[in-house]
Amino acid sequence: MYTIESGNVAAALGVKLAGAQVIAAYPITPQTPLTEKLSEFIESREMDAQYIPVESEHSALAVCIAASTAGARAFTATSANGLLYMHEQIHWAAGARLPLVMCVVNRGVGAPWTVWNDHQDSISQRDTGWIQMYVCDHQQIVDTVIKAFRLAEAVSIPVMVCYDGYLLSHTYMPFDIPDQKSVDGFLSPYRPEYALDPDKPANFNTVTLPDVRADIHGRMSHGYMEVRYLLQEDMRKAIDVAGDIEKRFKQIFGRGGEPYVESYRCEDAEFIAVSMGSLAYQLRDVVDMLRDEGYKVGIAAIRLYRPFPDQAIAKTLEKAKGVIVFEKALSYGYQGPLCADIQSALYAQSNGRKKRPSVYPYILGLGGREIKTGDLINAVRRVCTETSTDTPDTLGWIGLKI
Amino acid sequence: MGTRTCGHKISYSEPGPGDGGRTGSWRVLRPIINLDRCTPAKRNTKACFICWLCCPDGVISRSLPPTINYQYCKGCGICAEECPMNAIEMVEEVSLIKEEK
Amino acid sequence: MHAKTNIFNLPETEFVHPGNRACAGCGLGIAYRIGLKALGKDTILVVPPSCLTVLQGLYPIAATKLPCLNVTFASAAAAATGVIGALQAFGREGINVVAWAGDGGTSDIGLQALSGAAERESNFIYICYDNEAYMNTGVQRSGTTPCGALTATTPIKGKLQKKKDVPAIMAAHHISYVASCSAAYPIDLYDKIKKATGMTGTKYIHIHTPCPPGWGFDPRYTIKMGKLAVESGLYDLYEIECDQFRLTDASEKLLKKKKLRDVDKYFKSQGRFKIMTDDQISAIREDIHRKWEAYWG
Repeated sequence: MYTIESGNVAAALGVKLAGAQVIAAYPITPQTPLTEKLSEFIESREMDAQYIPVESEHSALAVCIAASTAGARAFTATSANGLLYMHEQIHWAAGARLPLVMCVVNRGVGAPWTVWNDHQDSISQRDTGWIQMYVCDHQQIVDTVIKAFRLAEAVSIPVMVCYDGYLLSHTYMPFDIPDQKSVDGFLSPYRPEYALDPDKPANFNTVTLPDVRADIHGRMSHGYMEVRYLLQEDMRKAIDVAGDIEKRFKQIFGRGGEPYVESYRCEDAEFIAVSMGSLAYQLRDVVDMLRDEGYKVGIAAIRLYRPFPDQAIAKTLEKAKGVIVFEKALSYGYQGPLCADIQSALYAQSNGRKKRPSVYPYILGLGGREIKTGDLINAVRRVCTETSTDTPDTLGWIGLKI
Repeated sequence: MGTRTCGHKISYSEPGPGDGGRTGSWRVLRPIINLDRCTPAKRNTKACFICWLCCPDGVISRSLPPTINYQYCKGCGICAEECPMNAIEMVEEVSLIKEEK
Repeated sequence: MHAKTNIFNLPETEFVHPGNRACAGCGLGIAYRIGLKALGKDTILVVPPSCLTVLQGLYPIAATKLPCLNVTFASAAAAATGVIGALQAFGREGINVVAWAGDGGTSDIGLQALSGAAERESNFIYICYDNEAYMNTGVQRSGTTPCGALTATTPIKGKLQKKKDVPAIMAAHHISYVASCSAAYPIDLYDKIKKATGMTGTKYIHIHTPCPPGWGFDPRYTIKMGKLAVESGLYDLYEIECDQFRLTDASEKLLKKKKLRDVDKYFKSQGRFKIMTDDQISAIREDIHRKWEAYWG
């Protein structure tokens, strides 16, 4: 059924269709309409779940961690400083291998205060052991929330579904609401491997030694390092699992099919722009206009950021002369984190080959700075006409007025 | 190759005794019950059992007579201190070990 | 009406394995062992970092025979709410959800989450065992460290501020039940926890747990020290039900006896108070008497 709604409502519909059983959240702009909608679904009995109005984001994730350990499907959502306030719990949820789903409605972080969009909040949680998916429009929000639960539960790793504050959260777009029966066919009820149960007492997340240790049956059990090794292994396996889930979703719902990189006019492209979130769709206009001017350009939207689908990304980009990375986040003192990841993927993939694409890093849109299509066209055109093929040693800033 | 491990992908611990090892080895003083003074032992009937109630480690039995699990008793001496009949004496382990040898 | 609890009818079943890592003479050891008897098998525990984390053991062996979730320091009460949420989602009833935290995890870092859970009237029991400092990390001052006590972070002058009254804070949330008890009075402790299991809403239980290494006394005196605190009127055993305050057990006896032990002995028998002056002790003595004059009416 098609509807015209905000991105936050699209997310709430996804959570409802996925049958989340415990939802805990704390208000923060621009996430609030999402959790308001969920509390409305629950109070009106449209949705059978527990809504827990906690006193902080730290507690929101505490509720989800505990509910999930007790065997429930749990969900939370936040933005910016709320996400940062959860930071300790974010690591905890991954180490405890809990299949939570969290929407991160992307917003810049303080100081100074900003309520507008960039990606610094979720990108700064990159190394916590969560899967991170970025979406480009409202249809992807509702679909990705549903897919995220399936992926999280398949690999026992929590998932962040990241979408742009205001640009997606508060804009209205038409999208198809999947029907409940099809969703139920796609996503079975959560069956935890371990759960808190008085009939099977066990102690979860106890202090774990540097070295291995025998259990009460005399079997040698893991140390901390083995537990963390398994998280890394399963994280890497999650790339393939995400691919399988995407295929299954497409079979049932007839859309999707690009879990890692969503390419637009990249087949013969000499220059490929790379981005995440709604900016990737804005860049489609840039690509169309520059194609009209005769430049062979394309756009690759990264949909799965962690685990990093390095092979799929390298395959998309390796034949290009130049790769232009547009990022709304920084690793201060170096460059954009996505750019570094892409360079690393290209380096490994084209090992032994004569030529790798040059990589052009750009920072833009921090704290909601307007991203003008004209500026993007100029940036891409400049790269296309660049005579030097060396990767530039300075970071490009778009829209900076200094 | 190192030791091959099996086990859980999370830290999931099953209940069992002696996580801290044989904590009896921590003991400097050993509580010894003088059955001639111990009320339940003397009367051979359920009585007193304050030592059982107060033991932080649950190593004293509520039985006739009460017994102490020396494998795990840490030798804190609360039982001796709280016994209303002064029936429990704290004896130096060193002297006992010498005797036992 | 149940038969009065006594040593003979306390449940035989132990929920704590011996050979755990608690120090010899640990006050928490007594409170935990007796408290779990009151809670029984159908219980899920939530524990933030504290000495209890150590007592509970190292992976893959657990000292507690109940399901238990270790959580981050600030989140015990919120996590308990999460367990309740899941149980409600499953329609599963008859399970006690219990957060069991230390005084640091309660009065300092965990207070916000605890206040939030209490205000939401979460249906759980929160137990704070109060050994009056961060013992697990080596005896640093906490919000409930009493005035005058030497700790690793008040090493020369002792703590200069008063102990935070957490049960009073919890009573101000108008929750179903607030109780104060002591490891030195295991039967009173058992009765209060048992009573809490039969109530709905948030139940807060504060347990005074003397700590031999942290307080500086011989481990054999754990019970004696807890009793001294109560008998000298410094730490009171009470319960607050429907906002009604009532002294219990040994404190109730003091109410009738109208006479307290001199608090001097309590301070003089612990290493942590060795720098307290007679003037400081006199000031505390006056505070105690003012409080008890009000009780005596």
